[in-house]
Amino acid sequence: MAERAVLGVHRGRQGGAGPGAHPSIGGRRRSLADRIGERGLYLLSLAAASLSVVIAGGLVAKVLAEAWPALSAFGLDFLTTSAWDPVHGRFGAAAFLFGTAVSSFGALLIATPLSILIALFLSELSPRRSRGPIAALIELLAGIPSVILGLWGILVLGPVMRDTIEPALHDTLGSIPVLGNLFGPDYSIVGMLPAIVILTIMTVPIVSSLMREIFATVPAATKEGALALGATRWEMIRTVVLPHARPGMVGAVILGLGRAVGEAIAVTQVIGGTEGIRANLFLPSDTLASRIAGQYQGATSDLQIASIAYLGAILLALALLSNGVARLWVRDAAGAAA
Amino acid sequence: MRLRQMAVDPLGARVPNLRRRRIVNAAWIGSAWAGASIAVGLLLVVVAGVVARGIGSINPTFLTTPTDPFGSGGGISNAIVGTAILVALASAMAVPVGILTALYTSEFASRRLASGLRYVLDVLNGVPTIITGIFVFGLLVVGRSQSGWAGAAGLAIVMVPLIARSGQEVLALVPSGLREASLALGASRWRTVLRVVIPTSIGGLVTGALLAVARAAGETAPLLFTCSIFPNLVQTDPSRVLPNIPITIFQFSESPDPVKHAQAWAAALVLIAFVLAVSMVARLLSARTRRRLQELR
Repeated sequence: MAERAVLGVHRGRQGGAGPGAHPSIGGRRRSLADRIGERGLYLLSLAAASLSVVIAGGLVAKVLAEAWPALSAFGLDFLTTSAWDPVHGRFGAAAFLFGTAVSSFGALLIATPLSILIALFLSELSPRRSRGPIAALIELLAGIPSVILGLWGILVLGPVMRDTIEPALHDTLGSIPVLGNLFGPDYSIVGMLPAIVILTIMTVPIVSSLMREIFATVPAATKEGALALGATRWEMIRTVVLPHARPGMVGAVILGLGRAVGEAIAVTQVIGGTEGIRANLFLPSDTLASRIAGQYQGATSDLQIASIAYLGAILLALALLSNGVARLWVRDAAGAAA
Repeated sequence: MRLRQMAVDPLGARVPNLRRRRIVNAAWIGSAWAGASIAVGLLLVVVAGVVARGIGSINPTFLTTPTDPFGSGGGISNAIVGTAILVALASAMAVPVGILTALYTSEFASRRLASGLRYVLDVLNGVPTIITGIFVFGLLVVGRSQSGWAGAAGLAIVMVPLIARSGQEVLALVPSGLREASLALGASRWRTVLRVVIPTSIGGLVTGALLAVARAAGETAPLLFTCSIFPNLVQTDPSRVLPNIPITIFQFSESPDPVKHAQAWAAALVLIAFVLAVSMVARLLSARTRRRLQELR
């Protein structure tokens, strides 16, 4: 009752002559509209939210269904077979699992320390005025479409890799007993190393901005306490910031790993797309995601398409695993601090 | 450990390794500066590289003629038109769904349901976009053929979690006092949402949508299986395969022909200019909205 009266008065004042002259009628109409609107907005938003969940669920179901023929034909042997032979219908993911592991871990090996340094710089070190612009620039780096990074990787980075960086690496590291084989004497434009570099460029902005958020949750009083006790800035960071942020940092790195594992386009452009497992970073290789992308025009048989979807299912499992775990981790870290 | 040691000698002046500590500190500061410079430097190197190589091929003809099938000359007007249509269609699908999802979590859902939804959206956001491509391929392409609709659906699936998540963050910033004031004046819930909550947060909602558009415009992987085999002519019917910029760059970059490379650089410049412009507008808008919301608190 009260609601109707208030609305009626409001309407009357607003409308002047015309329908507003009968506040009670206006009020009743509005309450009908309210009932429809209330229900309508609720149902619409509920439908949208359900659609998001249905998409997530449908995606998993559909990829598994697509992969089914290959799943039933190869079973788990798919994971340990490294053949990719459309002519004889023999397919396996081992080589691509290896390539995914090496490229992603390689990228994170470089990206993690770099991201920590950038995040520390932005949260503890940089002058207040330059903090915003630098953070924005780094996030713009995250916004560069991967296909453009791939283009840059194959046409600019590739030749530099072959002519300068790879020979230099071979000369300095190639003589180390076992490890030296990673830096073998075959130089090429496409290969594992350019893929690692491109993935590093792609993951640094994400991991560093996540870490910056986590560092921002360290209580200022604790940091000031350490400084007041005579700690240098580095000692303050080592004894206060890093221990406080550790769980969140692990989560951020896992999220970066998930991103690196799933990147298809840029990796396809620079990795060279070959089968086989080789312990030489300079040689072409292939990852799960890049093999899928590389096959988009070439799939001839249903079994091959199903095998591509099988690769996709493995990739999806890895992505869901890393994301599912890391999100909980990051959220707990941020939540505990809040 | 270090802290305890210093607590004994708070002035630090007589700690024997002070010199060493200063050196370590300086080394750390130096490497943090170096790290940030490397990241910013990389951005500049990549962007400058694209601009330097692409700018020479950009001219009115390049922007207004379709790709020449035999590789000599020609432009990318077909890809520009196609990408515009694809992104517009994807936005038409994803913006309402994303914003309504955000509204549901912030206005209607219980706390537990809301956090569950956020989690699902985060995970959906982490799904590799090539998988989105496989999903849409299985859903809309198998048994039919590639089409603009399928490509737009793939891009929309990439956009929804981005829009919904950023929308949720912005809606959470709307002070509950505003909502309560509106409800206390007798306004119903949906009117409160339409008249108070959305107008207050509109800048942030638009920011989220713009960032998603910038992301979708450059996405290649969802289009690879759904909208990649197209003719070299301007196509506006989404039930056919729409030519688009990302796939064009992808295919040209894999070609051995230097003419194609030059075109790929020019197409990349067009794309990067669009993406950076949109995300910069979005960032300015978001800074403004956040400041306003902070003042309201």
